[in-house]
Amino acid sequence: MDIRFRDAEPSDEERAAVDAVLGPPATGWEGGARSAADLRFAARAEPRRDLLLPALHAVNDRVGWISEGALDYVCRRLTVPPAEAYGVATFYSLFSLRPRPPRVLHVCTDLACQAKGARRLREQVEERLGPPGETWQESPCLGLCERAPAALALEAGPAPRAEVYAPADADAMVSTPADAMAGAPSPNGSGPRLDVAGDAPAVAAVPQAGQDGLILLRRAGRADPASLDDYRATGGCTALRRAFELGPAGVIREVLESGLVGRGGAAFPTGRKWDAAARQPDHPHYLVCNADESEPGTFKDRVVMENDPYALVEAMTVAAYATGCAQGYLYIRGEYPRAAARLAHAIATARARGLLGPDILGKGFSFDIELRRGAGAYICGEETAIFNSIEGHRGEPRSKPPFPVEKGLFGKPTVVNNVETLVNVLPILERGARAYAAAEPKLFCVSGAVERPGVYELTFGATLRELLELAGTTGTTRAVLLGGAAGAFVTDLDIPLTFEGTRDAGATLGSGVVLVIDDTVDLRQLLLRIAEFFRDESCGQCVPCRVGTVRQEEALHRLSRRVSHDDLVLLRDVGRTMRDASICGLGQTAWNAVESAIDRLGVYE
Amino acid sequence: MIPLQPPRRLIDVQIDDETVRVPEGATILDACRAAGKDVPTLCHGDTLTPKNACRVCVVEVEGARTLAPACSRKAEAGMKVGTGSERARHSRKVVLELLGSSVDLSTTPRAAEWTAEYGADPARFGADAATVEQPAKVDNDLYVRDYSKCILCYKCVDACGEQWQNTFAIGVAGRGFDGTISTEFDAPLTDSACVYCGNCVEVCPTGALSFKTEFDMRAEGTWDESRQSETTTVCSYCGVGCNLTLHVQDNKIVKVTSPHDNPVTKGNLCVKGRFGYGYV
Repeated sequence: MDIRFRDAEPSDEERAAVDAVLGPPATGWEGGARSAADLRFAARAEPRRDLLLPALHAVNDRVGWISEGALDYVCRRLTVPPAEAYGVATFYSLFSLRPRPPRVLHVCTDLACQAKGARRLREQVEERLGPPGETWQESPCLGLCERAPAALALEAGPAPRAEVYAPADADAMVSTPADAMAGAPSPNGSGPRLDVAGDAPAVAAVPQAGQDGLILLRRAGRADPASLDDYRATGGCTALRRAFELGPAGVIREVLESGLVGRGGAAFPTGRKWDAAARQPDHPHYLVCNADESEPGTFKDRVVMENDPYALVEAMTVAAYATGCAQGYLYIRGEYPRAAARLAHAIATARARGLLGPDILGKGFSFDIELRRGAGAYICGEETAIFNSIEGHRGEPRSKPPFPVEKGLFGKPTVVNNVETLVNVLPILERGARAYAAAEPKLFCVSGAVERPGVYELTFGATLRELLELAGTTGTTRAVLLGGAAGAFVTDLDIPLTFEGTRDAGATLGSGVVLVIDDTVDLRQLLLRIAEFFRDESCGQCVPCRVGTVRQEEALHRLSRRVSHDDLVLLRDVGRTMRDASICGLGQTAWNAVESAIDRLGVYE
Repeated sequence: MIPLQPPRRLIDVQIDDETVRVPEGATILDACRAAGKDVPTLCHGDTLTPKNACRVCVVEVEGARTLAPACSRKAEAGMKVGTGSERARHSRKVVLELLGSSVDLSTTPRAAEWTAEYGADPARFGADAATVEQPAKVDNDLYVRDYSKCILCYKCVDACGEQWQNTFAIGVAGRGFDGTISTEFDAPLTDSACVYCGNCVEVCPTGALSFKTEFDMRAEGTWDESRQSETTTVCSYCGVGCNLTLHVQDNKIVKVTSPHDNPVTKGNLCVKGRFGYGYV
């Protein structure tokens, strides 16, 4: 490959930011100062394209935007063609390729926030800061639905900061001088070094905190998430020890027997996935933890990661042991600075104490985790798009087959599981498959018109009514959006919250979203937001999704002004094609909620 | 000259109730063509790895939840494929409508024919439907980029990048409906890494990339394919011996292509072969 660079010079600050991630360049061939010695040999640069996203983050975190000189330097360092790096950088919404101020406010306008007055917040911010674009921008779901409406300020600088506002108040967000952000010391270890300030205690998201009998949320509010000793004192590492007793095949047998299915939305049997990956003759095997939780209304993975980061580290270690992976990637969405900081700390301390790295617990098993931060793209939660994103390509989904267990990350057999799925493996090993299956826990993210929004843990079989009794509905419940923007509206509260029960009701558990809509919510506006979300987040690869989501939004705009039969037919035609012919789940589900609102709620009658 | 391929096992596939036998590793599209079915394709390139982005070739595979792109899905023994099922035809129709309403398909071969065949009505989305319309980029004397006609099939990117040319002058930038084919920072082609091999023009299925000569003649209204003749000859520049197909109208060369079935070049040329015909 003969790459041509543009010879735009980076500033000293940009160069320093990139070098902080990649180390200083060894020769003039890869962006260092030219010396006569460089001309005496021809170097073959090692392509390190998978560091593209971390390098772009470094510049964006330091300067606030990515200049031509910075991009060119990153490309030289990593041997990436500038046109492709430009395509990658423009793919993610948290990056800017145009100059902008260091502090950018991201105001959530998504479903749960919209139901809690995001529109007014948006207007107030606009009054103070002007139209969205440079100093502030509208954001898809920030995963703070239990404290809606929410906003997140990201501030670039030598010590980049993140500040969470939830519930957000326009006065506080706009008047906060940048230097008033309280800065905790940066966590050690890999991944982002963002100071995080202004957050309520994470346990505020768990109304059941401290209750007995919880399985997945047992440590919320009880153990210090930063303390490995606390973790071990509350039962941590027992699953890992049990795994070493059982051996890899024994672990897979337990997981198979437990009947655990993926909690990311697709409900694929986890044991079968692990078994298939473990059997692949091609090596190395990779483990990817999908923590790119971006479905509007979903925040359970954030709450688990913030309250119990070591559990995820342990669960990933168990999964890697069972499937023969020496390297794991934890891909977390860029909008979760606090969870990322806690995980970075957990990974670093686990490594220091011999729970990660070579020879874990003296059992001869080696495994390590690299934390990778997304940069604002819902589609990267798709199981194959996540590979492209980690590898430094645009986060576009790949067509399947081949499936990830055959050819995944770097073309190698890969196990990809989401956070909730992985942490379920711990109780399976601690209690045994049978005891686990008898009372299988499931997390739900309850938001909207309820008294106590938050993450709830129930055992499978509970009904939607029982869940809503726990959370306490306010006002007159008109409908419940189950499964998020890709889910469906339901009105029958006696639906059992199981995969089969929701399927029979023509809905889906999806990512566990339970968004309660009362009769004060403008349903047509909510549907418009859903359509806008999918149009915004479509990667643009395939025609049904790229153009279909635009046509869907256009038709809903017309329908919100005037109901017409033609537009309803058009919506159905386009929706059916998106579902049938799109490459991935984003396009395939982009019409679910709208369809259910038309058919079940009669929104355009 | 067709080089011998290693022997491959044959598998039986059912296409619309007709059994066809194709070599293992063949795609559903290969099987459909073997069965004499005319499945429309746009982003499929005979010399490129299919990207299956346009979705006009979708077919119904028995037992599958969604429709399958015929151009890239491998045929499997015993697979039952419906090429003309109501579901497949519906999706093709709507995909043609989505494309026709957002992109200028006037120079896309067979687009009008398929639009009529599937009863697609791109106008149904209304006059205000968003399009990708934009001025053509004329920044060099060799070829023109008219992205109003771009369906984002990725073929030019693949041909410029790792599949053929290894120049990487262009990529896909932006996301969703705002995605475009772009050089880095949207710089003019003359400032980019482009080496003007024109292999992107060769694979473009819609005419979004065209010879400057063709672009100018279309603008003047003098482009007339019925008056053109094609002559395949050998490039006279170097010793590789690439095949050139000269497209001649009124005794003037108006563009140069290359046969895709040539086992050495597979339709690819360099700047001299593709554009260096001024001396003839």
